[in-house]
Amino acid sequence: MELYEKMGYELQELIVKKEVSAREVTDSFLSRIDAVEGKVKSFLTLLPDSARAQADEVDALVARGEQLPPLAGLPIAIKDNICTEGVLTTCASKMLYNFVPPYDATVITRMKQSHMPILGKTNLDEFAMGSSCENSAFQKTRNPYDLNRVPGGSSGGSAAAVAAAQAPFAVGSDTGGSIRQPACITGIVGLKPSYGAVSRYGLVAFGSSLDQIGPMTRCVRDNAMLFDLLAGPDEMDSTSARISRKPIAPDLKVDVKGLRIGLPKEFFGEGIDPGVRACIMEAAQQYQRMGAQLVEVELPFAQYALPTYYIVSSAEASSNLARFDGVKYGYRSEHYDGLIDLYFKSRSEGFGPEVRRRIMLGTYVLASGYYDAYYKRAQLMRVKLKQVYDEAFEHCDVMLTPASPTVAFRLGEKESDPLAMYLSDICTVSINMVELPALVLPCGTVEGLPMGMQLIGRKFSEELLYNVAYSFEQATGLGWTCPKL
Amino acid sequence: MKYEAVIGIEMHAELNTKTKIFCGCKTDYGAQVNTQCCPICIGLPGTLPTLNKKVVEYAVRMGLACGCTINKETKHDRKNYFYPDLPKAYQISQYDIPLCENGEISFYVGEDKKTVRIRRIHIEEDAGKLLHDNRFSGTLVDFNRCGIPLIEIVSQPDMHSPEEARAYLEALKAVLECLGICNCRMQEGNIRCDVNVSIRPAGSEQLGNRVEMKNVNTFSGAVRGIEYEIARQIEVVEAGGHIEQETRRWDDDRGESLSMRSKEDAQDYRYFPEPDLVPIRLDDAYVEGIRSSLPELPISKYERYWKENGLTPYEASMLSTDKDKAAFFEACLEKDATLAKQICNWILGDIAKLQNERGCTVQSLGIDPAALCELIVLTQKGTLSSTSAKTVFDEMLSTGKAPGVIVEEKGLAQVNDEQALLGIVEEVLAANAGPVQDYHGGKTNVLGFLVGQCMKRSKGKGNPQLFNKLLAQKLNEQKE
Repeated sequence: MELYEKMGYELQELIVKKEVSAREVTDSFLSRIDAVEGKVKSFLTLLPDSARAQADEVDALVARGEQLPPLAGLPIAIKDNICTEGVLTTCASKMLYNFVPPYDATVITRMKQSHMPILGKTNLDEFAMGSSCENSAFQKTRNPYDLNRVPGGSSGGSAAAVAAAQAPFAVGSDTGGSIRQPACITGIVGLKPSYGAVSRYGLVAFGSSLDQIGPMTRCVRDNAMLFDLLAGPDEMDSTSARISRKPIAPDLKVDVKGLRIGLPKEFFGEGIDPGVRACIMEAAQQYQRMGAQLVEVELPFAQYALPTYYIVSSAEASSNLARFDGVKYGYRSEHYDGLIDLYFKSRSEGFGPEVRRRIMLGTYVLASGYYDAYYKRAQLMRVKLKQVYDEAFEHCDVMLTPASPTVAFRLGEKESDPLAMYLSDICTVSINMVELPALVLPCGTVEGLPMGMQLIGRKFSEELLYNVAYSFEQATGLGWTCPKL
Repeated sequence: MKYEAVIGIEMHAELNTKTKIFCGCKTDYGAQVNTQCCPICIGLPGTLPTLNKKVVEYAVRMGLACGCTINKETKHDRKNYFYPDLPKAYQISQYDIPLCENGEISFYVGEDKKTVRIRRIHIEEDAGKLLHDNRFSGTLVDFNRCGIPLIEIVSQPDMHSPEEARAYLEALKAVLECLGICNCRMQEGNIRCDVNVSIRPAGSEQLGNRVEMKNVNTFSGAVRGIEYEIARQIEVVEAGGHIEQETRRWDDDRGESLSMRSKEDAQDYRYFPEPDLVPIRLDDAYVEGIRSSLPELPISKYERYWKENGLTPYEASMLSTDKDKAAFFEACLEKDATLAKQICNWILGDIAKLQNERGCTVQSLGIDPAALCELIVLTQKGTLSSTSAKTVFDEMLSTGKAPGVIVEEKGLAQVNDEQALLGIVEEVLAANAGPVQDYHGGKTNVLGFLVGQCMKRSKGKGNPQLFNKLLAQKLNEQKE
């Protein structure tokens, strides 16, 4: 067995016990990247030199017999919308093709403090807008289990890198499902933390009230380890929750006896592929066999979540992306006549069609005369949805739902139909609207392709979600298998 | 036809917090361009604002000083527009729920008390500064000012003349200074105004279409701009025209306003709640704590100086609207309140002159209030002539010695002994035969000259009144 096939927690043990060096671990993943990157195309930027240097530092610490910080020497891949000091951060957009941030995101600072070698920056849909990675201005990432299919999106690069064993750990960002949907259809574990659990400082904003950075890994334990590192209050982000918690990973439990698992019927209706539905229901049965209690719950108004989401996220995006004006950094049109023309041309040429569509949509819903009809009503619906979820959680402890309505679709299949693409997020967007945590983990295959399920919890109940997911993983043995590439 | 002007003012005042509103950058004025900025205030992708709590405290101070309601649950909103001095392409401001609203400020125009209602006071960030430089054949941006905290103070349209507008601006400035929340240096752009002007037939209650005038950066500029705008609007209406709602830009050098944009071109700022910041929640204890720490306001000082201390309205206004002068005046009053008038004379006279020469505050002159009072008493008692008083004052400043000590050491005590003075009078009369002759010839005003000669001979110590009396006596004796 190659080192790159081992789980992160196994590699950590090997490093601590000095059975392998951190350098060997990093080299193993770098050579795996060399071998399969041509097919998968997960990365936009590779950082082999700095990754090796970081690994060497860990080996120096080991040699000096010093205590290693958590996750020391375990390599990680970073979605390219998270700022890295001195390293290109493009958001997969022509607009930021040359943008090198002078600062690190808070999550990056924490990784560096923990001596995690950063392998590179991964592909995404431009500015995290999309569900297939096809909206990248630079390349189309492939699903490692079928190279003709998409890895999902927008964190498709991070998902593919983890699924293809190019990296044992990755971070993505999730505004409406961008961690969970790709995790679901590449067969890995991904968490969208509760809003405020992980600092957003340094994440290039898409929908500020929805965005969360989260861990993507091949197993539940690894995921919890990375979450333990990333979560926690940050003075640089005033929306980060001022709560302290104890690490989850060391105390994972297999125990679902008496747990009330809610099955919201709205998540199993029209638009969900029958094969997917069956796969999720089988997982539910499994939980029941393990002693959990299945409860049918109702989420009225759930049908409004998708339109509400597209109003709120586009409104915020239209404002967040206004700073890309060609004046200070990033792309500037070569030919322009005056300031207004510079704005128009730089933005028209720098942004791709999906980003332009959302900026226009967001500008429209915020315009005076339309604000009340769209943005204001969407905010009211958001409040309503929070109530709806609160009420449903009076009847259950977690909810179990699909995370994607279908298996990974073929490249190009939905590219020309934005509405069909938006429907890929139907299982995930409402969770961001209500600020809850949701974890996706593999639960089998459909049509021979990986499929995951989504566990939704009350706000800040990540520990419970991890235990429920860990119980399933341990009981069934279902999980990541190395793709043949 | 007679017209009445209706004037409302929006004032932007920079708060003098040590750091910016949403990051830790310094706010010092005059630093090298682009040295007081960071990824946050220049709006780099991924950065987030965090609120400087001092800004809220300062704004609440101003709100309470103006009798505003403080909204204990409020938020920030984004005001979206493109301009190169605005690196995020939105300004974090407040829209529908300002921190403070529905207040008022009273002030005096001469002896008449005037009250202007304050519609709202909200907090927001300043933008950068565009520098147009021919050497670079283009425009450069200095981001140092980006993120300097501002409060915007919006009045109701309660003013009707340029003089009232000016008095209102002076009153706001005095309060800002008194609270210590704004440096109020006009030349550094600490205070900037937009003025709204409309006219209507005198006696009418209806409001005319208003014209907003931007770029009014001095109070005298505001007066000129308002005068110009009223005259312009009357001229348009008299010629059968109609005033359109529009935004104009005041050019103080050319003394005219130019149209910037019409109502149709008004920008849609697409305000929405700032998702990167949590709502502002204040409790009663916080607000009451600030309320109880408010200093006495200029208007109250004014009334007290005028009505209790017997100063003229002009004097009361000069002292009450200057925080430093008022503080020094109060310190002197504590020593001896009966000397109010004389203290005021010193502060507005010799001391102000000295401050002007040295360009400093009254405090930095280091005058001991007790010493000033002692000096005044010595003068009142006749121990010192006014000429010698100035000499003693100068000596006080340079040595810090008490006036009594100086008088003693320098022998400056006024000589009130007629016998002692008589000798000098006789000497002077003997030495000035010409003027004496003139006096007898009917030119009695040479008496003043002769008093001056006596003072000179007495080295300023003789009592001038006594000299006057003795000289007149002697001259009249000669006549007889």
